[in-house]
Amino acid sequence: MLRYVIKKLLSLAVSLTVASVVIFLALEVVPGDPAASMLGVNAQEDTLAALREELGLNRGPLARYGDWVGGMLVGDFGTSYTYRTPVSEMIADRIWISLPLALLALSLSTLIAIPAGIWAASRRGSGVDLGVMGVTQLGVAIPNFWFAMLMVLVFAINLRWFSAGGFVGWEAGFWPAIHSLTLPAIALALPQASILTRVMRSALLDTLGEDFIRTARAKGLSRAQALWRHALRNALIPVLTIIGLQFSFLIAGAIIIENVFFLPGLGRLVFQSISARDLIVVESVVMLLVCAVIVVNFIVDITYAIVDPRLRRAR
Amino acid sequence: MTLLRIDRLSMDVQGLPILREVSLGVDAGRILGVIGESGSGKSMTALSVMQLLPSGARCSGRITLAGQEVLTLSETALCKMRGRDVGMVFQEPMTALNPLKTIGAQVAETILIHERVSRGEAMQRAAEALARAELPQDRFPMSRYPHELSGGQRQRVVIAMAIALRPRLLIADEPTTALDVTTQAEILKLLKRLVAEDGMACMLISHDLAVVADMADDIVIMRDGEVVENGPADRLLTDLQHPYSKALLAASSHVPDRSAEPREASLLSVRDVVRDYATPRTGWWGRAGTFRAVDGVSFDIRRGESLGLVGESGCGKSTLTRAILGLEEVQAGTIELNGQPVFTGHRPNRAVRRHMQVVFQDPYGSFNPRHRVDRLVSEPFHLLDDAPQGSARSDAIAQALESVGLSADDGRKFVHEFSGGQRQRIAIARALIIRPELIILDEAVSALDVQVRAQILDLLAELGDSLGLTYLFISHDLSVVRSITDRVLVMQAGQIVEQGVTQDVFDAPRHTYTQQLVRAAPRLTVAPERIAR
Repeated sequence: MLRYVIKKLLSLAVSLTVASVVIFLALEVVPGDPAASMLGVNAQEDTLAALREELGLNRGPLARYGDWVGGMLVGDFGTSYTYRTPVSEMIADRIWISLPLALLALSLSTLIAIPAGIWAASRRGSGVDLGVMGVTQLGVAIPNFWFAMLMVLVFAINLRWFSAGGFVGWEAGFWPAIHSLTLPAIALALPQASILTRVMRSALLDTLGEDFIRTARAKGLSRAQALWRHALRNALIPVLTIIGLQFSFLIAGAIIIENVFFLPGLGRLVFQSISARDLIVVESVVMLLVCAVIVVNFIVDITYAIVDPRLRRAR
Repeated sequence: MTLLRIDRLSMDVQGLPILREVSLGVDAGRILGVIGESGSGKSMTALSVMQLLPSGARCSGRITLAGQEVLTLSETALCKMRGRDVGMVFQEPMTALNPLKTIGAQVAETILIHERVSRGEAMQRAAEALARAELPQDRFPMSRYPHELSGGQRQRVVIAMAIALRPRLLIADEPTTALDVTTQAEILKLLKRLVAEDGMACMLISHDLAVVADMADDIVIMRDGEVVENGPADRLLTDLQHPYSKALLAASSHVPDRSAEPREASLLSVRDVVRDYATPRTGWWGRAGTFRAVDGVSFDIRRGESLGLVGESGCGKSTLTRAILGLEEVQAGTIELNGQPVFTGHRPNRAVRRHMQVVFQDPYGSFNPRHRVDRLVSEPFHLLDDAPQGSARSDAIAQALESVGLSADDGRKFVHEFSGGQRQRIAIARALIIRPELIILDEAVSALDVQVRAQILDLLAELGDSLGLTYLFISHDLSVVRSITDRVLVMQAGQIVEQGVTQDVFDAPRHTYTQQLVRAAPRLTVAPERIAR
């Protein structure tokens, strides 16, 4: 098991390094002059020169890459060109919205999907199964921004249970903060939960058809006991894979929902920095998101090995 | 007293009749052999006793177990009966165990489900059950996972699960079909011992007459969901009444007619072949090891000869096959067909490849289900530089299909429209279409029912005679190899340990491993002449 973890840690380090090189090349080296791409085509030569000086672009790419990575390792992400504030502060402000939002949405989706998937699979072909499959079909099909606007209409404007957008901040207290993240989290969770329900259901149905379930039944286990004791853990592997992918998506992919609800999260930050051509911010935030995705995948890999003894032997 | 009594049991699944008026009985301490081909309803009869039938199944008739009516029991009562009164062992040990739980936990579960005992006590008794199934704790700790055990060992775990509570009836559904002959002999011996020790009744289901003949006190022969014949084993096998039973017995010991004499000239020559596979590194800085799957193998196949290759799983037969077919490069030695190497400059030699073809074991998995038969059969044409086009191509396809007893029109069909035996004919047609000299048959009849197997063996013998084909016949089934080959090679752990004229090798094996194999192979003691009467 230890060897497996070490092996996965090594591959995590390699992935992060490769990702940082690719991001750096894509944003700073390949476009030619980053200063020109930040200031646009009509920039004056002296402004360009000043920016190059400020960003240290006159040095070689290798030195710049070293500074960038070295800075990030100690928490220094540079200074935003447009806002003139340290990028680390900007990220710190926003990550406390994006991360809880993603966690909330993921918890919601998992808490809905796993029981719903088990319920549908254990009553295959019944009304319950058809109902769950129908609802999840809709959930996959409905665009989440539209669903978000619908929820705003119903719960914020008509019923006035929630505010239509914005974030009260964690200073206002834990529950008020969660309250203001609830609608966006539901909007994010809906399609995720629908997909996850379907994955859970089909994985469980596959497992229930396996020979060892028949063996378990021949020992005297009831259908339900066989499902809970033998099928469920075996069916979790594909579900974990999807949860990992979904979490990565939720951290980075909430841009639209953050816009609908006026949430100053990371998605909005990337969106604004791209519009403002603030390369420093884009570079760092993208790296951070990549980092999150890779770390989540690492956690998923470790969970696989906890679930499945066959994976514990490092290969 | 009759422990299990099945009385005029009929069963249908969603209106489709599966069993018709099946009646049979087993007494305590006796073994009932249930014989039949695939689809005969033998497994369904067993599952009816357990009431573990597919959804939509309906039973009528009576099943009594120790005086209790099984068909009227509630699901709760059935759960109490399963595992406690009836234990069951299945065909496929590789998938019969939960891969995520230790073997100890899985055996202990049988006890925990039925009795109010502590976990510690259940584990203690699980250890005893495993020891009775010949998996002692010192060599096979209960913390092992199924993937750490071989097929035979896993089957012992399943048996330990089934006998943990000393049930009154043990149902074994093809318990050794997926195992090697020596393992099969051990498992059968174990079952026989357990039945005797516990005074259990046992229902042993098999397609293999020889296995059942060795084991059973009584025999039931089934076909199409009906019992065609039953009675005590010693009397029944010597005095079969029903034409189907006679045909079945005849097919089991069928020897195809072969007239062609092999010529002296060598067709395939294998010299000192070595095939290594890299094994995972042992430590962080450890060197990757090698596993020698084929270790210095040399032999020749003469033109027109039928050569058998026998050995148990993992002995290197399949690796050797892949090397001969030029699918993998060997580390040392040479393989030549007609004096031409199968591998030249690290690439398979197409000129040689087109002179050999292969037929695999699985008639279901070895075809692309979305292609029509004509396309499947004509696939080997890609080996030719001037493959026939247009009408020449369709003529070749028609001829290949007709030569294996199918019709030219079958070319427009898809493979799911054919039975297992017909599919194997299609596979042979595919092998024949480019008129190869050597055909490698890799367990080509192992998945077939005995009667179909006899037909395919006849077909191979006939094609061999008429087309002058040379066969390399790879099988774990000694009786098949005996019936169709001139010479045989016995392979163990990558080496050929014995070779010679088939008859001689099997009648008077010299190497201890061959002796072991021949001794382990179940044999029908009834001479075929006696049924022919």
